Amino acid sequence: MKLSTTILAAAVLTAGAAQAGPVAPGDVQYGEYGEVTESLTGVPGDPENGANVMKNKGIGNCIACHQVTALNDAPFHGEIGPPLDGVADRWGEAELRGILADAKKTFPDSMMPSYYKVEGFVRPGNAYTGKAAEGELDPLLTAQQIEDVVAFLSTLKYED
Amino acid sequence: MKFNAMTAVAALMLAVPGVALAGPDDDKMVINGETEMTTKAPLPAHMEDANMDEIMSGWHFRSDETQALQMDDFDNPGMIFVDAGMDQWNAVEGSEGNSCATCHEGPESMKGVRAVYPKWDEEAGEVQTLAMQINDCRENNMGAEPYKYSGGQMANMEALISLQSRGMPVNVAIDGPAKETWEKGKELYYTRTGQLELSCANCHEDSYGMMIRADHLSQGQINGFPVYRLKNAKLNTVHGRFKGCVRDTRAETYKPGSDAFVALELYVASRGNGLSVEGPSVRN
Ligand code: HEC
Ligand code: HEC
Repeated sequence: MKLSTTILAAAVLTAGAAQAGPVAPGDVQYGEYGEVTESLTGVPGDPENGANVMKNKGIGNCIACHQVTALNDAPFHGEIGPPLDGVADRWGEAELRGILADAKKTFPDSMMPSYYKVEGFVRPGNAYTGKAAEGELDPLLTAQQIEDVVAFLSTLKYED
Repeated sequence: MKFNAMTAVAALMLAVPGVALAGPDDDKMVINGETEMTTKAPLPAHMEDANMDEIMSGWHFRSDETQALQMDDFDNPGMIFVDAGMDQWNAVEGSEGNSCATCHEGPESMKGVRAVYPKWDEEAGEVQTLAMQINDCRENNMGAEPYKYSGGQMANMEALISLQSRGMPVNVAIDGPAKETWEKGKELYYTRTGQLELSCANCHEDSYGMMIRADHLSQGQINGFPVYRLKNAKLNTVHGRFKGCVRDTRAETYKPGSDAFVALELYVASRGNGLSVEGPSVRN
C-alpha cells in the first residue's frame, strides 16, 4: 500500500515536471513592468530553503545588500538595497519573481544582479576564479531556488 | 542611482531605528604627530559629472584602530617592507654592475615621483606606471631581470619610492598624449563586468560609505598604495587590488601590467588628484 502510494506520487511528479519543466532563462516571459506570472518550475517554493539561499554567501548572498530582520541569525546585512521587511506588502509574487530573475527589468540600471540570466555579460568569468567562463553559464540561482526565495519573501508582511 | 541610495538609507533609518550608519568619519590624519595629511579634497575638475561631492582617502572608512596603525611609523607594518625596499635599492644586480643607488643616490631623490605616476613616457610612446618604470630601469639600466609586476619585491620598491612623496598631493596629468589612455581607463571604470554586472563606479562611486555584507565601501582610491592589508598580512599593489575587485564581479580579470589595468590605474589615480600620497598605508 505504502509502496504504491510513493510510486504513484513519483509518477505524478515526473508527469508534472515533464509537462512544465523548469523554464529556461531565455524563455522567461516578463510582463511590461518586469513581472513574471508563471512559476519557473510548477513546484511550490520552500520558504525555509529560500531563507537559506538568501543568507548563504555561496548561493544568493542577498543580505550582502539587503537588511532582513527575519534573517538576523546570519551576521552582516548590507545597505546597498532597501531593507526587505514587509516586502510582500509592496510586491506580489509575480513582481518578486521578476525582480529575482532579472531585477533590471523592474528597476532599470539597478545594481542588483540578475539571478536567472545567462547571456549578455561583459567578460563573464568562471564563478569567482577570475578566469574566463568555460562553455555556457549557469544562472546564479536555479529555477527552484528562485521559487524558494519568492516563497520566503512572500512571508515578509507587516499586515495580514 | 544616488536617489535610490538615499531612499534606501532613509528607509533603513525608518525600519531599524538606532542602526549606526556606516559613513566615512571626520578624523584627521597626522603621521608621527607631525605630518598633516590631506585625506579629503574637492572633486577634480574632470569629475564634475561624478555622483559625489568630494574625494576621500580609503583611510576614512577604516576603524580607529586600523587608522592609528597608519599614523605611527613604528606601528605601520608597511614600514618593514620599506626597509626591504631599501636593501633592494642598494643591491647590485644584473650584467651592468649597477644598483638603483648607482644612478639615483639615496631614495630621497625619488621625492615627488609617486605623485605624478602613471605618466606619459615620451621615449616609450606610452603611459607608464611606476612599476613599469622600475622594471624599465632594471632591464635597461641594470641588465637585471624584471620584478614580477605585482609581486613582493615590486611592492617593496614601490613602498620605498611612495614614502618619499608622502603628504604631497597626487597630481597625475590626464591631458596631452595621456588623454587617450585616460579615456580608456574611464570607460573601464564605468563598464559593468562579469555575471554580477558591477562596475567600479557601482561600488565606489554610487555606494561608498555603505556596507556590502561585512565590508565598508570606500571610494576605491589608490593614493595609499602600496597598501598593507591586515587581512592578508602583506603589502598589496594597485593591480593586485584591481584584479581582486574585478574577480568579485564574477568576471574574467585583466592581468596585472596589462594595457587595460595601466589605463585604469591612470584613471583611478586621477580621481585622487589632490589627496595626499599615503603609501604605504594600512587597511583591513
Ligand atoms: C549588489 C546588491 C544587491 C544584491 C546582491 C541583491 N539586491 Fe535586491 N536590490 C538591490 C537594489 C539596489 C534594489 C533597489 C532597486 C533599485 O535598483 O532601484 C533592490 C531591490 C530588491 C527588491 C525590491 C524591494 C522593494 O522594497 O522594492 C527585492 C524584493 C530584492 N531586491 C530582493 C533581493 C533578493 C531576494 C536577493 C538575492 C537573491 C537580492 N535582492 C540581491 C540590490 C541588491
Ligand atoms: C562588488 C563591489 C565592488 C566592485 C564592483 C569593485 N570594488 Fe573595489 N573594493 C570593494 C570592497 C568591498 C573593497 C574593500 C573596502 C574598500 O576599501 O572599499 C574595495 C577596495 C578597493 C580599493 C582599495 C582602496 C583602499 O583604500 O585601500 C581599490 C583601489 C578599489 N577597490 C578599486 C576598484 C576598481 C578600480 C574597481 C573596478 C575595476 C573596483 N574596485 C570594483 C568592492 C568593490
